[in-house]
Amino acid sequence: MTRIAILLGTCAMTLLAALGAHAQNKPADKAADRALVEKGAYLARAGDCIACHTKPEGELFAGGRPMLTPFGTLFTSNITPDNQTGIGKWSADQFYSMMHTGRFPDGGLLYPAMPFGSYTKVTRQDSDAIYAFLRSIPAVKQPNRPHDLRFPYNNRSLVLGWRTLYFSEGEYKPDAKQSDEWNRGAYLVEGLGHCAMCHTAINALGGSSDSEAFQGGLIPMQNWYAPSLTSNKEAGLGEWSLQEITDYLKTGISARGAVYGPMAEVVYNSLQYMTDADIRAMAVYLKSLGQGSPPGAARATVTTSEGSLLLTLGKTIYDRECASCHGAQGLGKPPHYPPLAGNQSIQMSSAVNPIRMVLNGGFPPGTSGNPQPYGMPPFAQSLSDDEVAAVVTYIRTAWGNRGAAVSAREANALRASPLD
Amino acid sequence: MAALCHSRLWLFVGLFLSALLGAGEAFCQTTTEKAPDTIEARLLACAPCHGAVGEGTTNAYFPRLAGKPAGYLTNQLVAFRNGRRRYPPMNYLLEYLPEEYLAVMANYFAAQKPPLPAPVAPDVSQQMVKLGERLIEQGDYNRGIPACTSCHGPNLTGMEPAIPGLLGLRASYISGQLGAWRYGTRTATAPDCMQIVAGHLTEDDVKAVAAVLASRPAPAKPEPVAKGSFALPFACGSQPQ
Repeated sequence: MTRIAILLGTCAMTLLAALGAHAQNKPADKAADRALVEKGAYLARAGDCIACHTKPEGELFAGGRPMLTPFGTLFTSNITPDNQTGIGKWSADQFYSMMHTGRFPDGGLLYPAMPFGSYTKVTRQDSDAIYAFLRSIPAVKQPNRPHDLRFPYNNRSLVLGWRTLYFSEGEYKPDAKQSDEWNRGAYLVEGLGHCAMCHTAINALGGSSDSEAFQGGLIPMQNWYAPSLTSNKEAGLGEWSLQEITDYLKTGISARGAVYGPMAEVVYNSLQYMTDADIRAMAVYLKSLGQGSPPGAARATVTTSEGSLLLTLGKTIYDRECASCHGAQGLGKPPHYPPLAGNQSIQMSSAVNPIRMVLNGGFPPGTSGNPQPYGMPPFAQSLSDDEVAAVVTYIRTAWGNRGAAVSAREANALRASPLD
Repeated sequence: MAALCHSRLWLFVGLFLSALLGAGEAFCQTTTEKAPDTIEARLLACAPCHGAVGEGTTNAYFPRLAGKPAGYLTNQLVAFRNGRRRYPPMNYLLEYLPEEYLAVMANYFAAQKPPLPAPVAPDVSQQMVKLGERLIEQGDYNRGIPACTSCHGPNLTGMEPAIPGLLGLRASYISGQLGAWRYGTRTATAPDCMQIVAGHLTEDDVKAVAAVLASRPAPAKPEPVAKGSFALPFACGSQPQ
């Protein structure tokens, strides 16, 4: 009798324990779900999904943002979990397949404005986390707007040719010779960060080839030059300290220079939210890409009499308009007033960026690390083309800088650059 | 190490200086000078068009900012940042700035009190001046146009937190803005009262109102009146009651 009672009691306790475990399982699952969603939210930041898939004052991730391309205007898609107009009916498999192969669930081809050339490197695990996050956001009913592409680019099958030339599918393969940190950085930079979209030259077909990876190029339609990340003569970071690189990426300012132009968007919407460990990993990888010698001593690039005149005028303007912040010797007052002497961004073979900074001025992005950035005044309304050319020529050649002289025509051409 | 280490010239100067100072190891440093930690230094980018303290410049299309209600200025900065209010140089400058910072900028300019510029005699006919005066003081009931003073205050100095004063602005700026409201290129949060009003204005109305507003002398108290000093004739998204 006693034994039976004990047995029954044991059974009951087992049952209760099982029930208890079951009851506890649910919150545990929920916590796991929450963790997955949070991880996905973080990775969606790393991928900067919001920059394209949310229009200004629009619903989060409901798309509709116009993307100007040399081939016409694309309108980004609704990636909220709405069943009719969003991706509510997609499975995790289909989402991964889109990220990995650049194809819709029905097999249709994505236009490469969606950086699947980079996202193909994202792991299945990370793709699933982003998927879980996108399932968790409010569904928005907002039909996708048809693209407005010119003939022949409105024919999607052309993307097949583009893919043959420029797309190679495959998750990121860690390099066993490198540290875990380097590999994490490479994974983020080459994958979700999709840095190559701007920092690799885009050719007339809208493609960029692996052999020219991160060698820099003019960003079509925006008229900003995305400098090479591999040449220390441009934005190659081989000569920068890790601290300078992480400051630059995470806060938007550093002892070497400040973030400006389209890169401000990347820091504002994406990089400032990355963990210190991930930012450091990216910095380690980026630093390793930098090759070649840094800018050397002054080279006499301006020898003509016109050049001398430019320099004389340029110095006068510089001393009057620029020196109070950037210093008579171009030392700046870092990190808020960037140094111009030795600043790679000013000496690159393309003078587009320094000309545009003089014309348009600009604020570095406002970040948690630099919530109230210092703005550079625009000079488009107060300096003539000759004066802009003169002052840019001066800062590109003074103090040992080795940039080439700039003509008034170049300055004039950039006045019409789009500002939005 | 400092950027200047790349430059042999600077290396040389640095060596010379360090020898002079007897600090042998510190020849290759950047400057230790820091940017002034002030809002004025941060907002130098605004000065070429709006003046050092927002007093305005000689360019007729760039408005005075000083003394406008902070809520109004914040609304405009946010609208420029989001692209709702279109002016590419402003849209570009503000695109990646957080709203908290835009509010700091707005508070700074709202607190500045440089004197209002001298009024400009209207360059329109007497008849137009009369039309302008009437619209400003009485509106036109039959055409659904309320008096400017019914929202912008009896002295046209605006009301906290978000209704701007209309004095100290040039005629070309005022007519440019009224035109933008009329054509729907300038909009505000719904209900967009100013767009409704401007939609009833003719080109002559705009010209007349702008000329007369720019000719009004500064009132003794140019500050916006306190929130709730008077009731608005209708709901306005920018100024929740």
